[in-house]
Amino acid sequence: MYPDEFDYYRAESVDDALDLLDEHSGAGTTELLAGGHSLLPAMKTGLSSPDVLIDISGVEEMQGISVDGDTLSIGAMTRYSDLLGSDAVAEHAPALAAAVEQVGDVQVRNRGTIGGNLAHADPAADLPGAALASDATLVTHGPDGEREIPADDFFFGMYTTDVGPDELLTRIEIPSADGALGAYAKKPSPSSGYAMVGVAALLEIDGDGVTSARVGANGVMDHGVRLSPVEDALADGALDDETMASAANHAGDDLDVDMMMSDLQASNEFRAQLLEVYTERALTAAIESGSSSAAAD
Amino acid sequence: MGIETIEADELDVESVLGSAVERREDPSLITGEAEYTDDIQRPNMAHMSVLRSQYGHATINGVDTSDAEAMDGVIGVYTADDLDVPGEIPVGWLLDSLETPVHPLLAGETARYQGDGIAVVVAEERYIASDAVDAIDVDYDRRDAVIDPKEAVEDDAPVVHDDLDDNTAFDWEIGDADETDAAFDEAAHTAEVDLTNQRLIPNAMEPRATVAEYKPGTEELEVHMTSQNPHLHRQLMSGVLDVPEHKLHIVAPDVGGGFGSKIHHYPDEALACWCAMETGRPVKWTATRTETYLTDAHGRDHESHAELAMDEEGIITGMRVKTYAGMGAYLSTFAPAVPTYLYGTLLSGQYDIPAIHCNVVGAFTNGAPVDAYRGAGRPEALYLVERIITLGAREMGMDPAEFRRQNFVPSDDFPHQTPVAVEYDSGDYEPALDKALEAVGYDDLRERQEELREEGRYLGIGLSSYIEACGLAPSELAGQLGAQAGLWESGLVRVHPTGKVTAFCGTSGHGQGHETTYAQIVSDELGIPYDDIEIVEGDTDEIPQGMGTYGSRSAAVGGSALATSSQKVVEKAKKIAAHQLEASEEDVEFENGDFSVAGAPERSMHIQDVAAQSYLAHDMPDGIEPGLEETSFYDPDNFVFPFGTHIAVVEVDPETGEIEFENYVAVDDVGPQINPKIVEGQVHGGVAQGIGQALYEGAEYDDNAQLVTGSMQDYTVPKAEHIPTMETDSTVTPSPHNPLGVKGVGEAGTIAAPQAVVNAVTDALQPFGVDHIDMPLTGEAVWRAVNDAPDAGAEGGDEAIADGSGGKDGGEN
Amino acid sequence: MTEHDIELSVNGTTHELTVESRTLLVHALRDELGYTGTNVGCESSTCGACTVHLDGDAVKSCTLLAVQADGAEIGTVEGLAEDGTYAPIQEGFQKEHGLQCGYCTPGMMLAADDLLERNPDPDEGEIREAIEGNLCRCTGYQNIVNAVEFAADEMGEASSPEMTAADGGGDD
Repeated sequence: MYPDEFDYYRAESVDDALDLLDEHSGAGTTELLAGGHSLLPAMKTGLSSPDVLIDISGVEEMQGISVDGDTLSIGAMTRYSDLLGSDAVAEHAPALAAAVEQVGDVQVRNRGTIGGNLAHADPAADLPGAALASDATLVTHGPDGEREIPADDFFFGMYTTDVGPDELLTRIEIPSADGALGAYAKKPSPSSGYAMVGVAALLEIDGDGVTSARVGANGVMDHGVRLSPVEDALADGALDDETMASAANHAGDDLDVDMMMSDLQASNEFRAQLLEVYTERALTAAIESGSSSAAAD
Repeated sequence: MGIETIEADELDVESVLGSAVERREDPSLITGEAEYTDDIQRPNMAHMSVLRSQYGHATINGVDTSDAEAMDGVIGVYTADDLDVPGEIPVGWLLDSLETPVHPLLAGETARYQGDGIAVVVAEERYIASDAVDAIDVDYDRRDAVIDPKEAVEDDAPVVHDDLDDNTAFDWEIGDADETDAAFDEAAHTAEVDLTNQRLIPNAMEPRATVAEYKPGTEELEVHMTSQNPHLHRQLMSGVLDVPEHKLHIVAPDVGGGFGSKIHHYPDEALACWCAMETGRPVKWTATRTETYLTDAHGRDHESHAELAMDEEGIITGMRVKTYAGMGAYLSTFAPAVPTYLYGTLLSGQYDIPAIHCNVVGAFTNGAPVDAYRGAGRPEALYLVERIITLGAREMGMDPAEFRRQNFVPSDDFPHQTPVAVEYDSGDYEPALDKALEAVGYDDLRERQEELREEGRYLGIGLSSYIEACGLAPSELAGQLGAQAGLWESGLVRVHPTGKVTAFCGTSGHGQGHETTYAQIVSDELGIPYDDIEIVEGDTDEIPQGMGTYGSRSAAVGGSALATSSQKVVEKAKKIAAHQLEASEEDVEFENGDFSVAGAPERSMHIQDVAAQSYLAHDMPDGIEPGLEETSFYDPDNFVFPFGTHIAVVEVDPETGEIEFENYVAVDDVGPQINPKIVEGQVHGGVAQGIGQALYEGAEYDDNAQLVTGSMQDYTVPKAEHIPTMETDSTVTPSPHNPLGVKGVGEAGTIAAPQAVVNAVTDALQPFGVDHIDMPLTGEAVWRAVNDAPDAGAEGGDEAIADGSGGKDGGEN
Repeated sequence: MTEHDIELSVNGTTHELTVESRTLLVHALRDELGYTGTNVGCESSTCGACTVHLDGDAVKSCTLLAVQADGAEIGTVEGLAEDGTYAPIQEGFQKEHGLQCGYCTPGMMLAADDLLERNPDPDEGEIREAIEGNLCRCTGYQNIVNAVEFAADEMGEASSPEMTAADGGGDD
């Protein structure tokens, strides 16, 4: 309930944050504070005990949503609630928008940030799969300047990513998926709300057919993964429930059941089962999102 | 939208009883004005924090407190060696041949569960106290541990208490073994099931807390604490601390839920008191949620084998039960009563069963102590009864509703003596069943169930016809059964000179709305307006005595105490009124607050005016003392036995084990309802907890007795989205055992709901041959049950269902 | 250990205080400033008993450092009623018996208010979803849902009397 003592610094800019990181890189541990909804609970129960906390949540240049040509750019410190209120996100990144809706609860969405979620890389978080499905590029800043990391290369494992200790995740760039169908289907843990399994799907369509698909899953492996066999099965296929169901059967093809997450919430075997079901649900929800937005038009 | 409430100013004394008046507790609770224990501040107050054991079972070789003591802001650090008081937590209910190992305030040589305190810190601030606890260094030798109650009594199990031969706390039985065996020998049909009633964590939203202040001038120890029974805490803690009872003042301020967990006397409040005396500072202790998970007495923890004997027609002829009950590391306050007298005595359910035998073995384990949690023994009993009854119906190929109906105790057979000691007061079971069946549209549902099965959809209907024993009392019977306390209740009704009333009751509400319902009772009895009546609970200096709130006893016992005191007030007031009206007492009638002379209604006097005269005392009848207040110690004749039928209607997805509620109907007979809105709220909340047990909740320990469901992130307290909208209805069969006829409602939901849900899910999965699934029915548990079932894939016929990656083993979770 | 001088505006009243880096907002509110209406029910950010409004949004004050709230407008249960008149959400909880022990109630009401701000006419599913971050162990939630619906109706009538009259009174 009571965090251990630490020093708190509020970064005013990306450079300021990098300086603070550098300054405190010596003895002790330093953590970046974004929305704080993973870090503070861990600190309160003693699981995390940093000596220095650098609050980057207020850095203005890391906030906000903009569209530049075909690219949607989201500041890493943009809160979930701001993403949900954004027409640009709904239009250009429908799979991400659908996943954000299911993150945590209202209070969490009012504080938590997209960058905090991705950089923390909790295997059961909702956004890694959506970032994969959205073909996002994660932009970091470090002493040597900016790096662009494709989502496919970003997640290393449980709580580990390609972000270096002297770097910050500052921005997420997503190629516009305007006109594509996106959805997220999640089996939440009834206690924590985290994903036992969560599947994000993005279908590029042309008339009644799928031209290409990207599908990402959370909760199953120790980090978010692409479900390439499902994508392959969907490509150039029909946009109907049967195709979706048969593609979903391939959800686990590339994944070793023995390596799947297994915990109090669900065994690896049950996750394998849920993965297929929820892949199908994500795909059919994507189709439905198309018919409902068509109806709305 | 349920029952509509009315405002207090719409009440009149003629209809106050039975009105759904808004609660008078609410204004302070919805504005933040309420004062819970942790809200209390005292000048110079210090904070206590407890170091708990790192292991579920360990030898403590040494405790180094020096670093903690050296920290700025630390006032003192204390271990078992420092405590100079008797310091043994007593057991409040004894059984024949019960082992009662010592339960110390702090563990000295051995930690027997993770909740065992090893040291306490008193510091200037709560953050510092927590820091200092982290700085204490304990030298442990971890020992083998045991959690499963059945394994705990096996020969090779690690022994929890070194001074005992094994982990058997008691071996208890009820009913006639020979008669029951004979019933089984002669049975035409039998049914049997092994079932677990899993460990639950109560999760009152307010964590336990204590603020203790010692006043050297008066030698008084004033304690504000999260208590369901302050007088009981005073009595027990007086012995533990060796503080005379009259110098111990305990107050339960606003209390944020209890569900049993705030009945018991825990080491923590005694430690806070001791620290206050030791340091001379007011001391506050508030549990973190982690601590409540580790230390609040858990509930249930049974493993049972149940058998049912029937004749050719499906008439029940006998029931045989063997239960292993986990007691945890120590015997909590009422722990021995819960799996024995509150369990075995309810095994007849609503049924006329000629022979029942039940054997319960209580086992010490390395888990948190298990004690009363909402329902306390009765949910375990009724879950078992209603599961085996459902399986009996299945064995007979009968509709479960009709099977129940043909075995009900007939309505003309009350009072009804069961073969398990208790005598049911009153009951009429069929109308409640019929109401519930009608509410769900039972016959149509059965048809739809068939149709949906054709489509590969699985609808299930689960019945639970339950009985409970409430209003824990009477004292003499409780004493015969081992209670170390009486189970009466006290009520004091004081009519002030201005005619206003303060009524005091020894129960101690913590969300039940007693201030509202008790005022309704007193208003009805005295004919004094509801708004003129104040209710006081939860303070040992103000209330004569008390036994507290648990076992759905407050209305039946506490309410009856207030009703009895009110009647005594009226009796005395009548004498004064008769004297002043110059009439004989026999000629004076009392109605709605007015005393009037029979045949001369203009000669009348209101009771509030009589009150004024009683204090003026200028003109009193001979032999009548001034003043108008009366006290009762009400001790009822028997338990009361509420009952009802709940029906759950669910659809189960065998691919994911997901369970969706289509309907939940609760028909409860709790006798006459003092405030139907409050009754409705109690039913809703109880059912939600029952559904929580059925589908979500369960305390899990690992092999080393480490609690792995140690936070709300891991243990599911149901959320709004998990609980269906419920339909409530009632029948009314008054109890002859108390002046109000009331039966109690606080636990009905937790007693009724789990088996309604499990019966519904197993009903849905009947095509797969699934007879039983142990709670909680998580998605995985249901999915595995379907895959492991004898008819998996046959009836379901869906490859995806059986596509479980060979999930026959690996069923841990 | 660093300390920080911060300014919190609570229900419109500005407070200046000094906090440690680690002081949680809920403890600053309760222990330092005496706003004890906001309760603490867990340390895992699950129960929502500590929900307050931070610049108008519902947040869990146990998952926020006090120093992070420097300069913010905080709304607590103590600020819901105005001049002794209950807010619609308070009235709803009282009328619909939306509370029993009351411990979760302040946080529940503030979460519900956040919902009604965004969605003035939520359906049952939306209400249940909006309070998924707030646990109640007493009520089974049904009367809480009713309480929020009551408040929505109240607010709807208050904000558009002529519309309700035009469409036949009430939208439920």
